[in-house]
Amino acid sequence: MTAKYQKVAYYPGCALEGTGHAYNRSTKELGKALGLDLVELKNWNCCGAMEVKNIDPKLQTYLSARNLAIAENMGFDTVMAPCNGCYHNLKKAEHDLAHDAGSREVADRLSRKAGHKSYTAGQVTTIHALDWIKEAIGEEGIRQRVRNSLKGLKIANYYGCMYTRPRHIFPEKDQGPGSESTSKPHFMDDLLAAAGAECVEYPLKTACCGGAHTLSDSDTSTKLVLNLLTTAEACGADVIATECPTCHSGLEMHQVRAEKVFGQKTRVKILYFTQLLGMALGLSARRVGVHENFSEASDLLHARGLG
Amino acid sequence: MADTLGAMTPDDVCARLDEVSRAPDSELAAAAPAVAAEILALGEAILERWLLAHGLTPTTAESEGFRLLALHRQGARGDPTFNACRETCRELVYHYNLIRLDPGHPEAARRIRLGAMVARHLALFIGGKLEVAGLGEFCCSSRALRQRDEAAPPAARPETEDRTHA
Repeated sequence: MTAKYQKVAYYPGCALEGTGHAYNRSTKELGKALGLDLVELKNWNCCGAMEVKNIDPKLQTYLSARNLAIAENMGFDTVMAPCNGCYHNLKKAEHDLAHDAGSREVADRLSRKAGHKSYTAGQVTTIHALDWIKEAIGEEGIRQRVRNSLKGLKIANYYGCMYTRPRHIFPEKDQGPGSESTSKPHFMDDLLAAAGAECVEYPLKTACCGGAHTLSDSDTSTKLVLNLLTTAEACGADVIATECPTCHSGLEMHQVRAEKVFGQKTRVKILYFTQLLGMALGLSARRVGVHENFSEASDLLHARGLG
Repeated sequence: MADTLGAMTPDDVCARLDEVSRAPDSELAAAAPAVAAEILALGEAILERWLLAHGLTPTTAESEGFRLLALHRQGARGDPTFNACRETCRELVYHYNLIRLDPGHPEAARRIRLGAMVARHLALFIGGKLEVAGLGEFCCSSRALRQRDEAAPPAARPETEDRTHA
């Protein structure tokens, strides 16, 4: 167990207050069950998501810098963001503030205008929920705490695109044994395997789901998601585990749309990794928000003695 | 086959991959090396189509022993959004290698089908990008659309320039 991750600042981001609420609930419940403290950032703001970045990338850097400044002012040197978009944007802001004078100048100017201290790169480390559990508890810690093993449950782990790309904003990855890989990420596989699951080889674990075009070009998104789902099934998976609210919603929604529009039904279930780990630790399905998912997994979970 | 690949649309590629996926195990296993090579070539064809659509001459060079990877590298030059399919290309090579190194493996047919699914993802992604140029642009690539404006002379930039920073 890494003491420095025992208590971290928590940046849920907008999605976890909306469509990704089950992820918020299960992350908090999992933390509680593991004896880890999450302290939510006070008065946090949107990270700029994809929309602000698209219009004004330096404004997006400022928005994330403000959240990092809040964490620093609250006395934290680590902030945990479970959403891939938030995680990506905080990491990108850290990188841009360290390497781009123009980004620093805009962030400083907007911070003065907003009346708060400007954030200086290097003060706060951003981690993902996967880093948090992997470093603070680790596989052995999970093994020791499992009450309802995920044994027999075949899982395809889907990391999406923003967890590892672009590589240069994640300097801690690809650092050899123990570190995360940008080409073949494995932290989610490691943790769920420690909880007893059988993680299948899934060749599309970082492939594009077309999430950004889900409204403007729904058919392309649906076809990409359908291929992710059918490939997971071909790999033998009962469940696709996710670690991003955007990926999760996209997989769930386009699973339904694929059946309606293309007449192709898939049976694989979609669950957050925090929900799966929580249930493995003995938390009920309701406690980790399975009822808030669109993907109906109750029958599968009951059959496996989970929830 | 190789001569006709360049003319294939993403839909043609997906249709051929569907045929491969529907073939019986015995048929796939019997022709495993040839089918695996065809799937790899279909991946190259879809990358060629992207490059040709952008006025580039597809390279005949290889990267790490594979033209597919060299074509991907060529497509990603100056366009980080294209890295969204980097791992998909590498997975395609991996599945080809599985067959090449052990064509008689009991799971050869399954490996071919998975390789076809990976190739289909590549075709869908690039097909999507050919229709909607921004696909993958503002999520994983971290390149904002505005960067194109920043390279343009000030007069050509949108009116919103720097208003929020004033």
